Amino acid sequence: MMEESLLPMETKWNPGVPGIPAPTVGASHALPEGGKQVAAGAPFAVEARSFSFWYGANQALADISLTITTRQVTALIGPSGCGKSTFLRSINRMNDLIPNTRHEGELLLEGGSVYRPDQDVVLLRRRVGMVFQKSNPFPKSIFENVAYGPRVNRLVQGRRQLEGLVERSLRQAALWDEVKDRLEKSALGLSGGQQQRLCIARALAVSPHILLMDEPASALDPIATQKIEELIYELKDQYTIVIVTHNMQQAARVSDVTAFFYLGKLVEVGRTEEIFTNPKNDQTEAYITGRFG
Amino acid sequence: MRPTPDSAGALDLSGRSRRGLLSLFPSRTRGNLADQVYAVLVRSMGIVLPLLFGFIVLRIGVAAWPAIRSFGPAFVTSTDWNPVAREFGALPFIYGTVVSSFLALAIAVPLAVGLAIFLTELAPRWLAAPVAFATELLAAIPSVVYGLWGIFVLVPFLRSAVQEPLAATLGGAIPFFAGPAYGFSMMSGAVILSIMIVPFISAVTREVLTAVPRDQREAALALGATRWEMTWQVAIPYALPGILGGAILGLGRALGETVAITMVIGNRPDIARSILAPGYTMASVLANEFSEATGDLYLSALMEVALLLFGITILVNVIAQLLVWRVSLRGGR
Repeated sequence: MMEESLLPMETKWNPGVPGIPAPTVGASHALPEGGKQVAAGAPFAVEARSFSFWYGANQALADISLTITTRQVTALIGPSGCGKSTFLRSINRMNDLIPNTRHEGELLLEGGSVYRPDQDVVLLRRRVGMVFQKSNPFPKSIFENVAYGPRVNRLVQGRRQLEGLVERSLRQAALWDEVKDRLEKSALGLSGGQQQRLCIARALAVSPHILLMDEPASALDPIATQKIEELIYELKDQYTIVIVTHNMQQAARVSDVTAFFYLGKLVEVGRTEEIFTNPKNDQTEAYITGRFG
Repeated sequence: MRPTPDSAGALDLSGRSRRGLLSLFPSRTRGNLADQVYAVLVRSMGIVLPLLFGFIVLRIGVAAWPAIRSFGPAFVTSTDWNPVAREFGALPFIYGTVVSSFLALAIAVPLAVGLAIFLTELAPRWLAAPVAFATELLAAIPSVVYGLWGIFVLVPFLRSAVQEPLAATLGGAIPFFAGPAYGFSMMSGAVILSIMIVPFISAVTREVLTAVPRDQREAALALGATRWEMTWQVAIPYALPGILGGAILGLGRALGETVAITMVIGNRPDIARSILAPGYTMASVLANEFSEATGDLYLSALMEVALLLFGITILVNVIAQLLVWRVSLRGGR
């Protein structure tokens, strides 16, 4: 059984930034126990029903049934190759880029099937922001990076409106103060952590409903990682966030709900403090205590 | 045999460590000896090739010296090429080389880049591989075969299907298309050059488009870009330095191409305004006239043309390098 050892890690997390409440176990409990997940009529941002996915002959996901609640942070954890990234990348159909894939079952985004034949993938992706493992700014200026999404989706009219949106997005990503004097400079001149926050700002600029993060901090140093985590904590008031992470403490710190994937199956899902203090499945316990994976 | 498993392991890297004379030596010395031989070998190559380059330039320069001395700068500004009267002005050849090459580039780049985009971004795999292979086969056709095909197929076709209608309609208004339509012309030369350089440009473009990192494409798509927008706004700009490099490679080929263009350009040392009129290139005049170059000054003049062709090619490459360098810098800083 999981001891109390991981719990203090949650409470240890203290951003020390004014205006941002330090997340504590108590904060996650602010809502009635389990209320968010079962409340009648609660909108599910994402809902998988017996969803399976194959790369060629390799089955990457088997019979996943999972609901992701609006305005919560859901962490997907599990060892490499367990299917968590595949699941994440199915939500905005990023896997379409890979030839010879197929799927079974249902995957719903805000009630509509992601894979239905007449689904406009471009419109779908507009509702889903994505942040990748390695920061991938375009080799353009900071401004142009953030402006790309609004431009390509024709969300704004005129330069002034665009500038406002860029500023707002950069503020939301807690990057504005660091870059406001160098918006026309290349994004590649930023540090790794700044680049990743720029990518978050870029994703936010198209006002997505849900934000997918694929190990967003795995390539960053601890301080940059902490900034990203603070950001996630701030953003969850407005966005549904799904984050894939290899870092157990990170999952414990930032998420409300944790889902443990193993060998393409969803082993266990529950409120994060439940999963980390009182996992019901032996494999989950073994993984979070570091006995494998 | 081997004293320790370690050294045996190191020897196994060569694959036949246990055989051969060299295995008599202790492994460390052997490794050093091989390294030394290798170093001497590559170092000497590194020295010999620049020396060879210098030697060629020097010999051509020496041979061209009498012409340089007797004509001075007038050699590159005069349009009179009259070996009988011992008048040698190379401007028509310079003009022909530069114009035919850039015309060829103007035709080939859109074709090649379009083809590369289709093959990397749109075409299904079963189609992309054979089409790419067929395109690259174009590069394997010998120059003289292109020339023959040019004489018997391309030139008659261009004359009747393109040049005559063009001269009849636009010829009056636009001097570039003024008649008469000879067939053997600057245009035919440019077209044949463009066909010859398309495979190079498209191969390089395909290469650099494939090398655009997947995360760049994914970033654009995840933001709601269409395939088209992703290609033009992200993939092409990212690949632009490489595409420019490919175009330069093609230009280099076009400038130096000899046999094929000689067979279709008409070989008249004139600077005509119309691209339907015959022209002459530097490479062509060298190929056509060196065997009949009677008299030292004639040969020397040809050598000076060779030197100029060499110089122009180097100049174009330097400019191209600077261009590529600037474009890649713009993205970086």
